[in-house]
Amino acid sequence: MEFNYEVEGGNFAKAGYAASSVKKVLKELNVDPKIIKRVVVALYEGEVNVVAHAYRGNIKVDIDTERIFIEIKDEGPGIPDINLAMQVGYSTASAMVREMGFGAGMGLPNMKRNADTLDISSSVGKGTVVELTTYLVK
Amino acid sequence: MKVTDIIEKLNLKVIAGAEGLQNKVTGGYTSDLLSDVMGNADEGQVWITLQTHRNVMAVASLKEVAAVIIVKGLEAEESTISQSNNEGIPLLSSDLETFELSGQLYQLLHP
Repeated sequence: MEFNYEVEGGNFAKAGYAASSVKKVLKELNVDPKIIKRVVVALYEGEVNVVAHAYRGNIKVDIDTERIFIEIKDEGPGIPDINLAMQVGYSTASAMVREMGFGAGMGLPNMKRNADTLDISSSVGKGTVVELTTYLVK
Repeated sequence: MKVTDIIEKLNLKVIAGAEGLQNKVTGGYTSDLLSDVMGNADEGQVWITLQTHRNVMAVASLKEVAAVIIVKGLEAEESTISQSNNEGIPLLSSDLETFELSGQLYQLLHP
């Protein structure tokens, strides 16, 4: 089954909506709570990244019996140096975003830690695509 | 220990989310960085923070914390209060600073 969510850049009021909806779906599907927790952390961070950095984005969540696949695609400034962005503590977030307690440079590392695979492709000036896979059957 | 016990012993004020006052408390987590809480807090912990905006409740709900305590008597935003009520996760307030409150909660949970 597939779910799609739109994410609005700059709108922190709705950040977490996709993560919260997916959490409910996974609970209804009786997915292992440990897996749900990891997926929720990774998805929330991805959502916040779009809100904090991009103009708009789309989240696609595809669930089958073997894995949960999440694609987070945004129109935004892109990431010039992905290795740098993956480093804990590195952030390009604005002062306002940091004041809210985001932008500590923990988002992408949290996503990597909480997914089985993480793939990022980015084009500067256009946007970023983040793909996360979590396997249900090991 | 339940959220109500902590309210009584630490002299906390209930701002919102009364539905969750019987939540079981398994520990505490003190942080003002939302990603830190997302990555490291556990279900059932009481989260101590100075952040007052609604994203706090979004994180609290996703992580299923037992309650959130806002320190230094800071006032929660309206949207934070309504989300606390919607989620049924207690939003509490203390006049103490983070260090003192965390210390008192630690003592209470580890007598």
